[in-house]
Amino acid sequence: MKRITAIAGHYGSGKTEFSVNLALDLKKEKNKVAILDMDIANPYFRSRERQKMMEAEGINVIFNTYGFDITEDLPAITAALRGPLENEEFTAVVDVGGNDSGARVLKQFEKYFRRDDCELLCVLNANRPETDTVEGMLEHLHSIEIETGLKFQGLINNTHLLRETTADDIVKGYKLCRQVSDKLGIPIVWNTCREDLLDDLKQLIADENIEDLENIYPIKLYMRPSWLDR
Amino acid sequence: MAEKKLMKGNEAFAQAAINAGCRFYFGYPITPQNEVPEYMSRELKKVGGSFIQAESELASINMAYGAAAAGGRVMISSSSPGIALMQEGFSAAAVTQAPMVAINVMRSGPGIGGIQPAQADYFQVTRGGGNGDYHIIVYAPKSIQEACEMIYKAFEVADEYRNPVMICADGMLGQMMEPVAIPDPIPAMTEEEIFEAKPWALTGHKNKRERNAIKSVFLQQEVLEDFNLNVLAPKYEKAMRELPEAELIDVEGAEVVFVAYGTTSRVVAEAMDLLADEGIKCGLIRLKTLWPFPEYAFDAIGESTKNVIAVELSMGQMIQDVKLAINGKLPVDLINKVGGVLLDPEEIAERTKKIMEVR
Repeated sequence: MKRITAIAGHYGSGKTEFSVNLALDLKKEKNKVAILDMDIANPYFRSRERQKMMEAEGINVIFNTYGFDITEDLPAITAALRGPLENEEFTAVVDVGGNDSGARVLKQFEKYFRRDDCELLCVLNANRPETDTVEGMLEHLHSIEIETGLKFQGLINNTHLLRETTADDIVKGYKLCRQVSDKLGIPIVWNTCREDLLDDLKQLIADENIEDLENIYPIKLYMRPSWLDR
Repeated sequence: MAEKKLMKGNEAFAQAAINAGCRFYFGYPITPQNEVPEYMSRELKKVGGSFIQAESELASINMAYGAAAAGGRVMISSSSPGIALMQEGFSAAAVTQAPMVAINVMRSGPGIGGIQPAQADYFQVTRGGGNGDYHIIVYAPKSIQEACEMIYKAFEVADEYRNPVMICADGMLGQMMEPVAIPDPIPAMTEEEIFEAKPWALTGHKNKRERNAIKSVFLQQEVLEDFNLNVLAPKYEKAMRELPEAELIDVEGAEVVFVAYGTTSRVVAEAMDLLADEGIKCGLIRLKTLWPFPEYAFDAIGESTKNVIAVELSMGQMIQDVKLAINGKLPVDLINKVGGVLLDPEEIAERTKKIMEVR
């Protein structure tokens, strides 16, 4: 893993949920961990909503200048974001806004994202209508690359249907991501899987003989209040 | 019905409208409904529809009024302050009987307010908002799936009643993701079909009938009186008979009956489980229509019930209709949050227990 991991992709694909999971897991191994919430496209469901929880774990949560207000609807971020990008003592997770329009913000930090200690990953959810085919996924990656001038270095298969997810969803997403990965010559860095589905997924991998589905990343749902599943 | 996809509320609302035959949409940006115009701008043209970004909310509802007058299936969307700006247009659409569907993804107020979810538009959407004796038919979905189904129904009801119909969602519903299967597409009406199905529409008389005129000005008071009494009133009476809808959950035998709508009803459902764990029997009347108000649902409240509690994200608006429906038979209390702050199940449970102690 690189020192800086930037997570982009379609809005609603699960970038923030993954970023929060990654930051919390990195903190178990690393001393200085920061999450840089660069979502200025949408004021709902951003990683800053879990600021208190992550800060309690010792993670630096950095977003806009008006840090006290998680619902700020300003397309503004703070210069403090540069801190963890420059300070090599930090391991940083960059949670980028959705789609090409949300990823545009990366442009001003381009010099950091072109360095060897950073990688830009794309979250893909094959249950999102626009990325439910190989063509849709390729088009989506391409649109973000055009907008930011940066190339993706890896994929995260985050195919799910929230609480209705089954292991079949993950395998379906994996198969599409595999094709995208082959076409672009970039790896599937992780296949995410809700913790309670891990056994199902391992069983399905064995049954379908798809041992190349590896790098499974167990996910907890931090962003979603329980009553939303009523 | 298609297989389930993971969709954001606003996206799903837009796709549901397209599938329901909507071919005209006039948008203006406001958080938290921006994905509706964004989606429509991209997708509507693919089915031969027209998307226009209007220069204001007032322009957008008046464009909708024009398209509806011509017999088109038309939708607009906005959020609370934007809906306030449209009120003149709703009044005009009601009096000219122009069918249209509006989505209100509610945020906090008054004024520009904030961008977080709220339910403080209850008065605005059920008490007119614009001038004159008219009503908007208002549906209140609790999930994205239900919203999509209500959007289908809304277009049918709008055409049947020749009246604006609103889907009253809150910011949470617009912004959250849920698995959803959007009902299958139905084809949009052709011009010939509109000519037959909507004989009042401004389609051109084609030398087959008298010219149609659509107007909202009635300078002779007797003419307007006749219109209000003999056209609008019977229509609204029919709506009050036929359209009210509510979901009743465990109301029979309940000690406490909650009344709620929208995403708040889902928080209440979880609070009911917490209270049940402590041996308190709770029921829920979930409003699916805000106007006409489903008064019939309150007949299900029996002798066992000691408290009725309105739960809403406002200073207490829906509670007025609840009190009218209860008609003094039981105490009606309020559990609320305002300003874009959400209730959580634990808080509802705690406040319920306090109310029960006082009573």
